[in-house]
Amino acid sequence: MPSDTSALNTALSLILGFDPALMEIVALSLRVSLAAVLMAAVVGLPLGAALALWRFPGHGALVVALNALMGLPPVVAGLCVYLLLSRAGPLGELGLLFTPTAMIVAQLVLVLPIIAALARQQVEELHLEYREQLTSLGLSRLRMIPTLLWDARLGLVTVILAGFGRASAEVGAVMIVGGNIDGVTRMMTTAIVLETSKGNLALALGLGIVLLGLVALVNAIAYVVGETARRRLG
Amino acid sequence: MHHKARIALTAAGLMGLSMAAQAQDGESYITLASTTSTENSGLFDAIIPQFTDKTGIEVRVVAVGTGQAFEIARRGDADSLLVHDTAGEEKFVEEGYGTERANVMYNDFVLIGPGGDPAGIADAETVAEAMQLIAESGAPFASRGDDSGTNRAELRLWDAADVEAEGDWYRELGSGMGPTLNTAAGMDAYVMSDRATWVAFDNPQNLELLFEGDDALFNQYGSILIDAERHPHLKHDQAEQWHEWLLSDAGQQAIGEFEVQGQQLFFPNAE
Repeated sequence: MPSDTSALNTALSLILGFDPALMEIVALSLRVSLAAVLMAAVVGLPLGAALALWRFPGHGALVVALNALMGLPPVVAGLCVYLLLSRAGPLGELGLLFTPTAMIVAQLVLVLPIIAALARQQVEELHLEYREQLTSLGLSRLRMIPTLLWDARLGLVTVILAGFGRASAEVGAVMIVGGNIDGVTRMMTTAIVLETSKGNLALALGLGIVLLGLVALVNAIAYVVGETARRRLG
Repeated sequence: MHHKARIALTAAGLMGLSMAAQAQDGESYITLASTTSTENSGLFDAIIPQFTDKTGIEVRVVAVGTGQAFEIARRGDADSLLVHDTAGEEKFVEEGYGTERANVMYNDFVLIGPGGDPAGIADAETVAEAMQLIAESGAPFASRGDDSGTNRAELRLWDAADVEAEGDWYRELGSGMGPTLNTAAGMDAYVMSDRATWVAFDNPQNLELLFEGDDALFNQYGSILIDAERHPHLKHDQAEQWHEWLLSDAGQQAIGEFEVQGQQLFFPNAE
């Protein structure tokens, strides 16, 4: 068994050595997860807000389904996207399987329910609070969506970060649709699985520490931006 | 205020799309479905650059269990196939998914177990005797249980040894070779591994190589050309170059020269 210090040393030498293979893996991880989260936010935030404002038959079932999908196992999401993008599948013509694009699609499927479900809850609470003011301004529900999203923005940053956490941590989906191809679709998490299977536990743990540091960095940036915005609002 | 939300969302969408659309390199490449043993041992890192230097064709390896590799190839998601289950490979060709199968190289399976060897397999004459000893001793045996080439070979060996592979001692892990070795190390179990993965494995703990050398432990790897008519979108010309190169003198020599810790792991045997 590697001691904790050997994993830490490995992590430090990985970072300080600027290993080009590691930099490539880190860049791909960030690119895939950030792209998936940004697209999930564009679709998920308005979708969540709409669910908070409109009531229609089946609304409750839809909310429950969305909440349940937050627990979608990554490997199931990966399998569904695999069957969709496989040459024998409906979107096979596109030839996207085993590419970074396929991994972004799989992570989008995982992150979208989280962002939509949590945004719905945030917007619903805000809407209850300001309903009368908004109605007295004569705003239609469609026009309330951007207003409420803007007013809820500080809380929604946390929602987006939750989505980013899910995307950067998962391995089951990207392993299936990406194939963990060296130099093409190998990400932090799939590299950790590979090194563990080779018995290189210190290197695997070292990569894990680097990944954790990366996620912490993204969260720190979001925190600083959020705090600055809060102070400006007074 | 609300226009700011629209601007923010639009900007996020554009950023996300631009990241997703970043140029996929349009270079010439093929996708090869192969097994974890070839990838984990480092063989591909050693031989593929030689092929790429010569032909300009990049080979992208998707390393999975043999069962999954067949499935990927059947669905038309890989241009070429390099696996180690001769019976399965011949069936694949018979069913019309492949047009040609050829021997590329071999290595062998070995029996690994805890250093104390509670079943005493180190002195066994044959692998059948060794496996009977493991079953009789009741010491735990970790099986891949994942329909991989190694798993299929292991099941054939139990059959040949006339042992029912079931009971408390027989643990099906449903994992790749590396994870199975990690688990076996954790529970001091016997385990069958291909030699390449075992030699390249870095976390043996108390495990040792206890039995080797029986002809029944022979492990043949084959390359398959995938049928052009069934999957016209595949890169057949490049896949054929790869197939031919593996069987050529240059490819065979590259395989024979690959070593880990001074040990040759794969033995070229194309006809």
